[in-house]
Amino acid sequence: MDLGEINPVLLLASLMVAATPLLLAAIGELVVEKAGVLNLGVEGMMIVGAISGFAISVETGSPWLGFIAAAIGGAVLSLLFVLLTQVALANQVASGLALTLFGLGFSALLGQSYVGVKPPSMGDIHIPVISDIPVIGPILFQHDPILYVGIALTATVWAVLKYTRVGLILRAVGENHDAAHALGYKVIKIRIMAILFGGACAGLGGAYISLIRVPQWTEGMTAGVGWIALALVVFASWKPWRALLGAYLFGGITVLQLNLQAAGVAIPVEYLAMSPYIITILVLVILSADKSSAPASLGRIFHASH
Amino acid sequence: MKFTSLLASAAMALGLATSAMAEDKTKVGFVFVGPVGDGGWTYEHNKGRLAVEEEFGDKVETVFVESVPEGPDAERVMTQMALEGADLIFTTSFGYMDPTINVAKKFPNVKFEHATGYKTADNVSVYSARFYEGRAVQGHIAGKMTKSNVIGYIGSYPIPEVIRGINSAYVHAKKVNPDVEFKIIWAYTWFDPAKEADAATVLIEQGADVILQHTDSTAPQAAAQEAGNVITFGQASDMSEYAPFPRVSSIIDNWAPYYIARTQAVMDGSWETVNTWDGIKEGMVEIGEISDSVPADIKEEALAMKAAMAAGEYHPFTGPLKKQDGSDWLAEGETADDGTLAGMNFYVEGLQGEIPQ
Repeated sequence: MDLGEINPVLLLASLMVAATPLLLAAIGELVVEKAGVLNLGVEGMMIVGAISGFAISVETGSPWLGFIAAAIGGAVLSLLFVLLTQVALANQVASGLALTLFGLGFSALLGQSYVGVKPPSMGDIHIPVISDIPVIGPILFQHDPILYVGIALTATVWAVLKYTRVGLILRAVGENHDAAHALGYKVIKIRIMAILFGGACAGLGGAYISLIRVPQWTEGMTAGVGWIALALVVFASWKPWRALLGAYLFGGITVLQLNLQAAGVAIPVEYLAMSPYIITILVLVILSADKSSAPASLGRIFHASH
Repeated sequence: MKFTSLLASAAMALGLATSAMAEDKTKVGFVFVGPVGDGGWTYEHNKGRLAVEEEFGDKVETVFVESVPEGPDAERVMTQMALEGADLIFTTSFGYMDPTINVAKKFPNVKFEHATGYKTADNVSVYSARFYEGRAVQGHIAGKMTKSNVIGYIGSYPIPEVIRGINSAYVHAKKVNPDVEFKIIWAYTWFDPAKEADAATVLIEQGADVILQHTDSTAPQAAAQEAGNVITFGQASDMSEYAPFPRVSSIIDNWAPYYIARTQAVMDGSWETVNTWDGIKEGMVEIGEISDSVPADIKEEALAMKAAMAAGEYHPFTGPLKKQDGSDWLAEGETADDGTLAGMNFYVEGLQGEIPQ
């Protein structure tokens, strides 16, 4: 056992990278659920985002265009969910599951000619002065831009939900869609916007895996991150900063446990392997003792005639 | 009475008709642990499936289900395949062992073939490849080429197959480089590209300049490519898209001849329970091209070792070897027997850490 082999700077830096796909997907789903819609298709939208982003950035040579394509790809797939649940008023749970299955299969089809291709690298931002600060610089200020987009998005979603009229309307729709409708808000329209936003965020999260974290395209490469994001939203009590905390905890402990294993720490590997799940759940459950509850209309179908 | 006998004969006639139809085509099912596009383990099994189709054309029909979790879900998938009239079912991951045995009991007329396990029955055969022979070649190249003397190893689950690989690679790395050290990470997954890439990155950050993997995707190759000066080996498949660097060689699993032979046996009615464990000699394990990133003399030594194993002159586990706890395992010149290898649950002397139980 040699803890000295773990470089804390590199550890903290890779923690942020491991957490970002989870954070992006969770923030998107958080907004969707705040609007009263339960979309279980996060995994499907992520994987479609992963391949759209990968394909476009390989074809154009620009990772930025790739990420834009990923957001569009995720949003387009979520349109299918919109069609099923908001137009045809189908069951949201079943539609979400269908979306995941469809997304996994469809992405495999799209990705057939991209196996083994190396995507263009996005490169890290090097801001002069602050990224050169010892320790803090490499941890906080030498990452790819999308990682900062994730944090900025969290802050924006938090501020919009808490302080703006748009946020208030969105929450009203999620808490009581009949009341919101009676007040003259377009419930379906608002929910569609929220679902599209969620799809775009999930797409970004997926592309983060295929373009930055791995970087390559492999079928089924999101391997369950979408489901963890879904769980994270619930454990974070639908609060953006807690989702960020949860994502960083989960990503961080995942990377930490790999580091501990490699350094040969004498903790049984089984405990290390399960630690990200247990610790994240524990911390968030303790935090949610303030009884914040789910949006009251979550998962309920709205039709103006009711 | 008359009506029921009429029904019964109708049912029999129907049964005969369907079984007659089934005889026309042999239906072969495959249960895969990852997606067929994983670029590694499942990809090669699927190549075997396609080879069966190619060989028998219209006489055979193949079906497969991918990304089947190891556990109760696998049992459901196999049952479904058997109900749909499969004559032969290949279950291609270690964790399908008990589900295969359970389902086989319910369908005595369906033949099952379980990869990398050790439980057989009247209608269950097991087959595996001696991957550890390939690991010996990798260990040799790794030991010679490492500059940091740290070799990273990404394990999937602590099962005998994976432990054999670690031991074999270590023995041969140590032989050519006494200072070599192995760092082992158990990923507890066969297929999770993001996690595999993270594991590779962690190992590289902790000083490894060679990455060996026993997981199924090409993600560790991509992580090594990002890092720059790290070498890797293709696992289960050639992974030649990462050649000549970082991938310097590979172990390729060639299942096609076995799958064809076993399908033929079912067609002939000559199928019986076997326990197949083939290696480089029989061609089930192939060594992918050693790239020019490997110095010529090392390449030559590696190929010589491969030739010796193919000729049956060299066994990767030849004594003197000790177990991790210092107790004797193999005496001078003694080679390991298949029984010990099949159930291998210990590290050889020199490896650090414990095997999770």
